[in-house]
Amino acid sequence: MSVIRLEYRNVTMRFADAKGEGALTAVRGVSFAVYDAEVVSLIGPTGCGKSTLLNIGSGLATPSEGAAFVDGERVAGANAHVAFMLQKDLLLPWRTVAENVMFGVEIQGLPAKECKRRAQALLANFKLAEFSGHYPHQLSGGMRQRAALARTLAVDPHVLLLDEPFSAVDAQTRMLLQRDLAQTLNQANKTALLITHDLAEAVTLSDRVLVMSRRPGTIIDEIKVEIPQRDNPIARRREQKFNDYVAQLMDRLDIAHVALEHEAAS
Amino acid sequence: MKTGARATPARRGAIASIALLVVFLAAWQWGPDLLGVPSFIVPPLSSVAAEFVRAWQVYHLPLHTGVTVAEVLAGFLLGSLLGALVGYLLGMSPTAELALSPYILALQIAPKVAFAPLFILWMGFTVYPKILVAILIVFFPVMVNVLTAVRNVDPDLINLARAFKASRAQIFWRIEFPSSMPPMFAGLRIGSTLAVVGVVVGELVGGNLGLGYLLTFGEGQANTPLVFVSIVMLTLVGGIAYLMVILVERRVLHYLPARGSGQGG
Repeated sequence: MSVIRLEYRNVTMRFADAKGEGALTAVRGVSFAVYDAEVVSLIGPTGCGKSTLLNIGSGLATPSEGAAFVDGERVAGANAHVAFMLQKDLLLPWRTVAENVMFGVEIQGLPAKECKRRAQALLANFKLAEFSGHYPHQLSGGMRQRAALARTLAVDPHVLLLDEPFSAVDAQTRMLLQRDLAQTLNQANKTALLITHDLAEAVTLSDRVLVMSRRPGTIIDEIKVEIPQRDNPIARRREQKFNDYVAQLMDRLDIAHVALEHEAAS
Repeated sequence: MKTGARATPARRGAIASIALLVVFLAAWQWGPDLLGVPSFIVPPLSSVAAEFVRAWQVYHLPLHTGVTVAEVLAGFLLGSLLGALVGYLLGMSPTAELALSPYILALQIAPKVAFAPLFILWMGFTVYPKILVAILIVFFPVMVNVLTAVRNVDPDLINLARAFKASRAQIFWRIEFPSSMPPMFAGLRIGSTLAVVGVVVGELVGGNLGLGYLLTFGEGQANTPLVFVSIVMLTLVGGIAYLMVILVERRVLHYLPARGSGQGG
């Protein structure tokens, strides 16, 4: 078995509720590991604490119990081996695309020359080289997300935490972005934890899918995606097995049942 | 592209604007006479122009204008600097904001120009009371806008910087400060015109320098054209101050998507 890059050990997270009394348990006793160069997706109903897990992994939140580990080291505060990317591109409007890509490395204090070199290389890789001097508002949504991904990769993290990175773009752009992400992760041998609502996205991009329950979130199932060509999500979508996996995930999430409940409630 | 499509309405607007000015000036020149308004109530344009030349030669119009400009500049710069500083400090410390907000609100509601006589009592017939009124009046729009901007920075942006291990200073200079620029300039625009109001009220109340003084001097002599000259000059000073802010804003906020020429006020 290869090296564990990211690990959650018995993580529980409680928040004080709105009145300040009592506690709301977002996630309870979550344990799992992501191995080197592996892509794992986390799916689950809204509010099951997926994003809380991501914040814990990136060191922005401290769990009430348990801990997250990156490369065997306990996560305590932000750390240079992890980088995250959200649904929002979070590009700074006053910086050019290249300057935005350099944002992380610049903060980490790399020499300006090296920052520029990395930004140019990544922008070329993401076919954004000719836009390096543009401002974010001049780019399409898909290009902005690619620039955000470039910024995430610029710090050369061991682990990428991706929180619904493509849910704000249209379906076609999303497939292209998924392809770019899959190829990049594969080429660079990066480890990634992907949070998504999109079951198809989970199946096309990952080696494993973890299913979470409703709040308090725990991991109720783990499904290995055994379709070849993880670096080619578009080919993966055409496989017969793809639909079987999506159906299996739907069953595990009890989607038909939840939908009925919603109807009954309204 | 876009500019081509906009050129026609923009040009039409400019032509209409100039036409309106011509109509206004003509009405000023010949309107009073046609309506039988005596010239000591509304002097025609030509007599105001003649008075302008006389004021320039006899009443030291350049000196008075210069003094007012200097006061406006000093009041505006100090007021906006102070406003921005307090805005950032309160923006970064919710406790301080909560503690100070009732007093700030009270001071904001109090009509600042009413302080002018008080400041003159304290500091005499110097330029300082005028500058102080301007500082006070410019302070609030800048402070409130900066404070709100710092408060409204997307927390995810801050988290992004924190995840890259940014220090507090880095978060301020790389995220909070640049994010606050557009609202701050909105505050500066308001401040630039308010600074003139503050200075003029100070000059009206006391002293023997500045356009506000020239205005009361003209009033005392029942010299209506001189009053008009002073008002025109004050408008000019305020207009130039506003324009300067716009010019700096364009340079600083060059990254914002181009806005229609009609916007910005």
